[in-house]
Amino acid sequence: MPHHISVTVDGTSYEADVEPRQLLVHWLRDDLGRVGTVVGCDTSNCGACTVLMDGRSIKSCSVLAVQADGSEITTIQGLATGDEWHPVQAAFKECHGLQCGYCTPGMVLATVDLLAENPNPTEEEIRDGLHGNLCRCTGYNNIVKSVQHAAGLMGGTK
Amino acid sequence: MTEVVDTPTAFGRPIRRKEDAKLLHGRTNWTDNIQLPGTLHMAMVRSPMAHARIAKVDVTAALARPGVIAAYSAADLGELNSGVPCVWPVSGDDTVMPPFPALATDKVRHVGDVVAVVLATSAAAAEDAIESVDVEYEALPAVVGMLDALSPGSALVHDQATNNTCYVYDLGGGYDEAAAKADVIVKRRFVNQRLIPSFMEPRAVVAAPMGMSDEMTIWTSTQIPHVLRVLLTLVTGIPEQNLRVVAPDVGGGFGGKLQIYREEILALQLARKLGRPVKWTETRSENMVATHHGRDQIQDIELAATKDGTFLGLKVTLLANMGAYLGIITPGTPLLGMFMFPGIYKMDAYQFRCTGVFTNTTQTDAYRGAGRPEATFAIERIVDELAAELGIEPMELRRRNWITHEEFPYTTVAGLTYDTGNYEAATAKALDMFGYDELRAEQKRRREAGDPVQLGIGISTFTEMCGLAPSRTLGALKYAAGGWEHCTIRLLPTGKAELVTGTSPHGQGHETAWSQIASSIIGIPVEDIDVVHGDTGRAPYGMDTYGSRSLAVGGQAIKKAADRLVENARLIAAHQLECAPEDLEFVEGTFKVKGDPEKATPIQAVAWAAFSAHNLPDGVEPMISGAATVDPEDFSYPHGTHLAAMEVDTETGKVRLRKYVCVDDVGIQVNPMIVEGQVHGGVAQGVGQALYEGAEYDPDGNLLTASLADYLIPSAADLPTFETGTTVTPSTTHSLGTKGVGEAGAIASTPAIINGIVDALRPLGVTDVLMPASPQNVWRAIQAAKGGAA
Repeated sequence: MPHHISVTVDGTSYEADVEPRQLLVHWLRDDLGRVGTVVGCDTSNCGACTVLMDGRSIKSCSVLAVQADGSEITTIQGLATGDEWHPVQAAFKECHGLQCGYCTPGMVLATVDLLAENPNPTEEEIRDGLHGNLCRCTGYNNIVKSVQHAAGLMGGTK
Repeated sequence: MTEVVDTPTAFGRPIRRKEDAKLLHGRTNWTDNIQLPGTLHMAMVRSPMAHARIAKVDVTAALARPGVIAAYSAADLGELNSGVPCVWPVSGDDTVMPPFPALATDKVRHVGDVVAVVLATSAAAAEDAIESVDVEYEALPAVVGMLDALSPGSALVHDQATNNTCYVYDLGGGYDEAAAKADVIVKRRFVNQRLIPSFMEPRAVVAAPMGMSDEMTIWTSTQIPHVLRVLLTLVTGIPEQNLRVVAPDVGGGFGGKLQIYREEILALQLARKLGRPVKWTETRSENMVATHHGRDQIQDIELAATKDGTFLGLKVTLLANMGAYLGIITPGTPLLGMFMFPGIYKMDAYQFRCTGVFTNTTQTDAYRGAGRPEATFAIERIVDELAAELGIEPMELRRRNWITHEEFPYTTVAGLTYDTGNYEAATAKALDMFGYDELRAEQKRRREAGDPVQLGIGISTFTEMCGLAPSRTLGALKYAAGGWEHCTIRLLPTGKAELVTGTSPHGQGHETAWSQIASSIIGIPVEDIDVVHGDTGRAPYGMDTYGSRSLAVGGQAIKKAADRLVENARLIAAHQLECAPEDLEFVEGTFKVKGDPEKATPIQAVAWAAFSAHNLPDGVEPMISGAATVDPEDFSYPHGTHLAAMEVDTETGKVRLRKYVCVDDVGIQVNPMIVEGQVHGGVAQGVGQALYEGAEYDPDGNLLTASLADYLIPSAADLPTFETGTTVTPSTTHSLGTKGVGEAGAIASTPAIINGIVDALRPLGVTDVLMPASPQNVWRAIQAAKGGAA
């Protein structure tokens, strides 16, 4: 039995009937075509599928589409404001915080959540805060730098 | 060096990447994003058994499931069941090359082997129908470990491989004579464990017949669209001119996407047969059993030396696990390390033997470094063991034996000629950054105080051969293809340029770096250059990206093509400025008449003149372009010194990487920011091998580490900040002076970590620690050294 859901994704309201077993990430990708959000592992280890649900980061491979009913989802495609990049996006470019870019949508959105919680994280807090998002390219050096740089851009003290 | 290096241009600067905007906004084109009308989704029926005879495969019930359009066993597919080719039969006719059919025919040979394929109108329907395929297996004894595989009476993975031996390959000799003169011989058995590449984007493929033509297009998450096109043509019979291979955005590879996979063959064959697009995307758990693995060697190493520490000879006897089948370069991968066991050291004799062994496990093949990390691990570990045996400080022992910077070019005992290097300079810089003497002093204090957490210092002074590769050398090693690279640069009418490269990036930043090289020669801005890659329809010639070759080889093609473009433009510019071509100088994008600088024209204006073609000199064609295909003169030899400070809890076995310093010499750098990023990522993977990662099988051949919950690739919380530095010793055999950087970190770092752990524990009698050096493995090593139960 399909369930009816109402979800706002990147500022657009959607009404849809979804299978109870459909994962949020598959609904975003396959039904809405929001393919900026990706699947990396199916087991909620890698965090590539991270999106913001009502402002908090979640792994969209571990949430059913029906659970998103009534919520506001922000994906990597909805983070910038028009042509204006979100400071976290700008920081990742400035600090070379990405290589292949596959983990990047999740890493960026997890960072947005991290900095909302803690605007001035220490290196250790950054590393702990992002431990649910795996990157195989960067060794995390420049991801940590990117988060620190973003904190500065967003008004933190370092 | 070259004129490129000295110009005040984009070359050599840490320019931020062109690639990033789309990646940071999700405007990406991963293969799994592609949704073509009428697509059939393919799902694989994989063997749950490591070794079994296939008694029956019946797809009838699956065909009755909702949404299922087709399903096939090997027998159903018949001639379309093409085999995966191996292009590197290392010892020629002596190498056992068993068939590797896309769908298994007589037996399954590893967990994850494929016995049938289902196609349905949705991925979920295909996945659901898998369970309706009726397969009967007759279990056979699983051959899991290499030592068991080689023991008499073992079951055979392939009937034609006696004792499960794929090949035996020898190089060098004379070790016994050298050893006879030795005061000391250290012998160790090292295990270089099996790893899983674990790129973040799972593999995906879409194959489709295109419109009314005979063309088939295949989009696939691959490192090697060009090589793949040739191989797919050879195995499917689709004429090469009708086959287009596209590597869209590719999310990492690390060698794991240097392959022709059965799923690619099946998607192409079935799209052609059914006349519809066919799509397949692997799950992570499929990735773990179906994407090739790396490493997996048992290394018996002997180093013979005089009592003052002079190396005399090295003997290397390897068992290399092939897995169940031979992929594209499975047998050759250990031989990419064959020349590197002597490392940076001088010695009189080197004797190498490698035995390739079949087992009921996923096939192995290239993984970042491919053979060279294994070799570097062995030599850097055994040098530390010799240092301990002789009581010589381990860095001092290295100094006594390494090739000094005055000795280049130097032909090693393995037969390679290293063009340049300066191990002294890189080491001096690394020791300084590390605070080596202070850490040694701290180590001494803590040893004397009996601190339960001991400090160890790990050293790795390495070199590698990369920039694969001179085609003649590859031919001599019986590799089927060459190692050249191609570039075409076209000036467009509006003064922009299109740079078509045969390299195929998947995270390395080629679009930025290649633009920097071309910009510095043809003088148009980096942002005005579009780099076209990864599509045989738009970039028809190339040898792709692996083996740290893209810059080392492809960069030379870019330089040559850009130089040719400028010479081409010069003819038209001279005509416009009414002078002889040789009277023009070309400075930062402008042709100027020598001695009359007012008479000048920017190359962009020349581009328009060529396009309009109203006033060209006689015999000059209305096109400004340059093309070059460059075969490298030799390998390139990056080197460096990596140092690790390891805190080891002697009571619990817990290990902490406290400080990591590396100084790499990758020659001239096009973009130091990208170089540094490559080193960070490589080091992280090498640390991953040392501390966290390891593919584990149970005795029945089940992969125990079949998800990212069980196979531990390091997270941010598991690693420190790496401190990197560089020295610059330009390559003399590569026209840009570059050497390559993709694999350096992964090659160098693993032995630094393990040497550090063993160094911490040596006073307890520990001489080796199994990788990954988990608390359990470290604790066991400590207990074994104490003589307790391990």
